[in-house]
Amino acid sequence: MKVSALRLWNITKVGLMAISRNKMRSLLTMLGIIIGVGCVITMVAVGTGASSSIQDTINSLGTNFIMLFPGAATTGGARMFTDQSRITPEDADAIKAECPAVAYVSPGARTNAQIVAGELNWGTQVWGVGVDWPNIRAWNVADGDFFTDVDVRTSSKVCVLGATVAQNLFPNGDAVGSSIRIKKVPFKVVGVLERKGGNMMGQDQDDQIVAPYTTVMKQLLGSPRINMIYISARSAADVKEAENEIDALMRQRHRIPPGQESDINMRSQEEIASTSEQTSKTLSILLGSAAAISLLVGGIGIMNIMLVSVTERTREIGIRLAIGAKGRHVLIQFLLEAMALSIVGGAIGVGLGLFAPYLVTRFAGMPTQVSTGSVALAFGFAAAIGVFFGFYPARKASRLDPIDALRYE
Amino acid sequence: MATGSPDSPDSLVIEIHDLVKVYHMGEVEVRALKGINLLVERGEFVAIMGPSGSGKSTLMNIVGCLDRPTSGTYRLDGIDVSRLDRDQRAEIRNAKIGFVFQSFNLLARTRATENVELPLLYGNLGLSAAERDRRARQALARVGLAGREDHYPSQLSGGQQQRVAIARALVTDPAILLADEPTGNLDSRTSEEIIGIFQELNDAGKTVVLITHEPDIAAHSKRVVYVRDGVVWRDERIVQMRAQPGAPAGEPELAVAFPFTVAPAAEPVSEEVAR
Repeated sequence: MKVSALRLWNITKVGLMAISRNKMRSLLTMLGIIIGVGCVITMVAVGTGASSSIQDTINSLGTNFIMLFPGAATTGGARMFTDQSRITPEDADAIKAECPAVAYVSPGARTNAQIVAGELNWGTQVWGVGVDWPNIRAWNVADGDFFTDVDVRTSSKVCVLGATVAQNLFPNGDAVGSSIRIKKVPFKVVGVLERKGGNMMGQDQDDQIVAPYTTVMKQLLGSPRINMIYISARSAADVKEAENEIDALMRQRHRIPPGQESDINMRSQEEIASTSEQTSKTLSILLGSAAAISLLVGGIGIMNIMLVSVTERTREIGIRLAIGAKGRHVLIQFLLEAMALSIVGGAIGVGLGLFAPYLVTRFAGMPTQVSTGSVALAFGFAAAIGVFFGFYPARKASRLDPIDALRYE
Repeated sequence: MATGSPDSPDSLVIEIHDLVKVYHMGEVEVRALKGINLLVERGEFVAIMGPSGSGKSTLMNIVGCLDRPTSGTYRLDGIDVSRLDRDQRAEIRNAKIGFVFQSFNLLARTRATENVELPLLYGNLGLSAAERDRRARQALARVGLAGREDHYPSQLSGGQQQRVAIARALVTDPAILLADEPTGNLDSRTSEEIIGIFQELNDAGKTVVLITHEPDIAAHSKRVVYVRDGVVWRDERIVQMRAQPGAPAGEPELAVAFPFTVAPAAEPVSEEVAR
């Protein structure tokens, strides 16, 4: 007594015929599903694109990266964040010497400056760093060389330009070997960094100059304090260990007893990554629920139109029942019609969802990445909605009494 | 599904005993059929007549396996169908009964062939699409619609639509053709054509049960069963004079067959099937 494959196909054809006969209405009915599926795919594409570009940026920070900042300083019981950094280059040297889990350390001393090269000038930030800095940031020079340990020890007036700076000051590409003036102090350009692109905040990481920290502190800042310390752990697994070692060492050096809040802050690449992952997850949930609601509304639209269709075609159902259709034949017919509506709508929605991210990238400049998972999910969900919302009208149709249905006007 | 029992004579296609149908309309109990007895042999052409409210439609619904009797038995083609469930009745309707309705009841925007194929889609025959199409075209040719197979109902006249409906009823080669006021929506000339088709089919051996309230339509049958107040009130054979070109329409028979003015008999007249 089961419905054979052949008959199932026949009934499917009947359902498809019914849809093709009511093209305009079918299209309008499918609109909810089309928009819902299109939205899911587009939103996930935008979300994935954003999170993967954030991920790229985080990875571009360098491997096993830890940043050490000055933190809250306690003065006479009052806790406050101060501009007054208590970190010195000696702290950096100590970390390198005494923390076994740490591979590379570089001080970071920052100043903003107007740079003059011949007739051109450019405002940018100058970072005083150590020779480990390229290793920590996984950032190589594209042209020339990085400055050397000797340059740091002797406070040489040499510098390496970021790609954006080089481009603006030396449009002809002859930066290496030239001389520039930073705050009127002449510096020799020894290299140009690789292009790295924007960071998480959208700042251009290539718009900076790096120079020996000794030179920057003496010539440009005149302060014994530095802004931060760049640290690289020996491996990703050592990051936690390195943080513990550094914390203990800094407490010792800054005389902060255990239990009291430290005057430094550390952020590892991992933490930054998990923070932004959290953000993009929240974003995805938000967008996902908006899309789910539109799919739900689309499903209700299908149920609505199927109920109308059942009422409208009561007589047809009566005829089918009279000439020998069983309840389940009618049920399957209407269920398949609802499914066909949602599947065709889902397919159109997938087309829309593949095209819309392209437009988003093209016109809004946002990175997008269409994932096969989201396409499969949206499509599957659309089909499931057809079954779910089509079932009630289909059951209603299958339970009609043939005599009443035939008499229906 | 119930199977034919050996004790029912092979020649009987409809065998109804003490058929009662009671409807409950809220508190009110309506006895639509009060004990119908009816035997129809294979190859008969029976017209069932009766005024509205006579139980004629209820009888037709039960004969057509669209409804179940409250009590009594109904054998169709040797199968006891009076206690079958919904799905079993659907199978019986598909295999044993060819319906023709007053309002044609074709699927709109569906070609004639597709309309005729419809019962084959639901049957257990497992026919290929090509075979279904072949049978549909054959049935259409039999009712004189060769050449109009691909027309839609809206492109056909009322008479032609009814022919499509007859073809649809024929396509499964059912035990009976059950026609409910098949000429009710047609003009008199077209009605004659349609009733002519039923006569031809009957001549070819088909059992035809015709429900009508028009005496001149009933006159084309071979036997008239008159239902009144839920019982068979009269059951008459008609001396056929048809298929005689130029012969006058059966006026004398009509007078005999439909004595409407006669008061109802005290007791229901039991069927007198000539064996």
